Amino acid sequence: MKTAEKTVKWTRHDLLDLDELSKEEIELILETAKSFKEVSTREVKKVPALRGKTVAMLFFEPSTRTRVSFELAAKRLSADTLNIAASSSSLTKGESILDTAKNIEAMNVDMIIVRHASSGIPKILADALDPSVINAGDGCRAHPTQALLDMFTIEDKLGRLQGVHIGIVGDILHSRVARSNIWGMTKLGAQVTLCGPATLMPQYIERMGVSVTHDLNFVIRNCDVLMALRLQNERQVEKFIPSIREYAKVFGINSQKLKQAKKDILIMHPGPTNRGVEVSAEVADGNNSVILDQVTNGIAVRMAVLYLLLGTKNTRK
Amino acid sequence: MPLLIKNAMMVNADKAARQAQDILIEKETIARIAASIPANGHQVIDAKGKLIFPGLIDIHTHLRQPGREDKETIESGSKAAAKGGFTTILCMPNTNPVIDNAMVVEGIIKEAKRVGLVNVLPIGAITRGQKGEELTDVFELKEAGCIALSDDGKAVSNSQVMRRAMEYAKMVDILLIEHCEDPHLSSCGVMHEGYISTLLGLKGIPGVAETVIVARDIELANYIDTRIHLAHMSLKRSVELIRLAKSQGIKVTAEAGPHHFTLTDEAIKSFDTNLKVNPPLRTRDDVEAIKEALKDGTIDCIATDHAPHTLEEKELEFDHAPVGMIGLETAVGLTMTELVEKKVITLEQMAERMSFKPAQIIGLKSKGQVKEGFDADITIIDPKKEWTVRKEEFVSKSKNSPFIGRTLKGCVATTICGGRIIYQND
Repeated sequence: MKTAEKTVKWTRHDLLDLDELSKEEIELILETAKSFKEVSTREVKKVPALRGKTVAMLFFEPSTRTRVSFELAAKRLSADTLNIAASSSSLTKGESILDTAKNIEAMNVDMIIVRHASSGIPKILADALDPSVINAGDGCRAHPTQALLDMFTIEDKLGRLQGVHIGIVGDILHSRVARSNIWGMTKLGAQVTLCGPATLMPQYIERMGVSVTHDLNFVIRNCDVLMALRLQNERQVEKFIPSIREYAKVFGINSQKLKQAKKDILIMHPGPTNRGVEVSAEVADGNNSVILDQVTNGIAVRMAVLYLLLGTKNTRK
Repeated sequence: MPLLIKNAMMVNADKAARQAQDILIEKETIARIAASIPANGHQVIDAKGKLIFPGLIDIHTHLRQPGREDKETIESGSKAAAKGGFTTILCMPNTNPVIDNAMVVEGIIKEAKRVGLVNVLPIGAITRGQKGEELTDVFELKEAGCIALSDDGKAVSNSQVMRRAMEYAKMVDILLIEHCEDPHLSSCGVMHEGYISTLLGLKGIPGVAETVIVARDIELANYIDTRIHLAHMSLKRSVELIRLAKSQGIKVTAEAGPHHFTLTDEAIKSFDTNLKVNPPLRTRDDVEAIKEALKDGTIDCIATDHAPHTLEEKELEFDHAPVGMIGLETAVGLTMTELVEKKVITLEQMAERMSFKPAQIIGLKSKGQVKEGFDADITIIDPKKEWTVRKEEFVSKSKNSPFIGRTLKGCVATTICGGRIIYQND
């Protein structure tokens, strides 16, 4: 890890997904995040790294956690933040997304953090705009900072990612978190097994370098880390599975099932959890759960990303 | 004034050896073809170095009139067709109002006549309002001038309705064209369901959404002993089903669009909404199968599925942008570059796929060949000319082409329709 910082120079202007990052670049982000984690424990939780920079948060989709986490990350780096909650689609607005973003660009912001319900919007903005663009979640495609904080948490707890066996359980089809994690985790040498109902498993996902099973017990017995995903939208998901009740029974993680697991297995969830569906309350609050560590680490990881994108001299591709 | 084409290297589907001759056009007919015809004060076109094709026929276009004249009109669409080398185009009925009654048909024919460029032949709807429930008045539509019927844009998803449509159309002797897509399987998909849709997190349209309707319609056509034409085939599996059906003597014909033998779903990594089309761009395997099918005749013809949309609509998210791309002005260039130049098909096969077969499928007896006594619909192509597709050069009202910026080899030089020069590339 130490060597990564020396050998890799950060040159990127945007963060759209982990597929485009090298192993060394991901390691550099995680290493940088380590030094920022300490800032949040200080009496005065602020460093001047991004003083004078303006970060606009353009959220076309409601979000509390991710938005607040980015906002705190920016503020702890002394950047000015701007919150724009836009309507969910330009369809209803009669104004194209690009036009909205160009208006924000015209106010001389340095960075746009964007979330949108449709895949590809961050790429379209990055291709067209001057400010740095961070993808804070687009459709079912990518959520790179979530994956980075997940990886940071695993490495923090286990000391490594290389060789770690990670099980991701749930609605893979609709999960941008799963996709970004697969890119990042496999690049850093982890072994990833996906588990979920056949109807929520996307076509040819194995080609991303993961294995697929529908047997949760197998995953529980073999994994070092178990990550449960949120059932995205219960109403939508009900068309894919017989019932939430059956889902909880077959794919829900509870303490009974966890008895077969390795003692120090890590239980993760990108949140917000449907307690009693993906994970039981007992498991979510139990000793193996690192769900709140994920939230804490999210700020450090996002500070690292903001710092690397804005605090270093980058040229547009 | 009679029109004389000198040094005409004719390309006909019937594989007759190509040799330069002169073609004399009198009024609307090819009057004479001979080794040397004296100019005698005729208007002369010297076609030296160029190729003389029978006027191209596109059996699948969307002209958007009536209803969405901001996207295309019969006039702008006719101009685009003429520039693209097409002398006859069939326009789909998913207009507003839908072409499902004689009045709309007559309106289109009247407007096309006023424009007076290419032959515009309307396709009527199979069901009223294209709702998939009740049959339209088929006799009346045919009498008004409909050349075929289709609910294009969607399939006739109720099999019972399709059965009745086939039986009735057989009696009336009018062609049915099916848009093969099971709406429940395609659901809200926006691209081909496969590895790329998985990576991009975009909702997929599985190949089976197309093939279940292909298979169903082949079965119905076999049962009723009638013909069916399958629009815009995009899959290897569809080709296999059609090949089998043809080998068993079932009267199925099919078309494919230039984009389906040129582009794959990989391209959508750019999120360019001009690549959003229905049926969606498929995989490399499918593209190769479509090319093979165009070579061996399993797919009878090339049709553009010219589908104009405004910039504003195509600026929407990939999830919400409308499906379709324009195709009239790039079809010749793409066919020559991707198929002829790469030796997938010969020039004669190009004439077959773009003129002879379409004429045969829709029953135009005096079109589809450059022959004495045939209609003087002629497309003169410069096979060597390279050109770059440019947004500003489209004459279509819409510019939604994913081929902008691409360099193509093979360009329409002159288009003659009904003995009149309707387009000339200067």
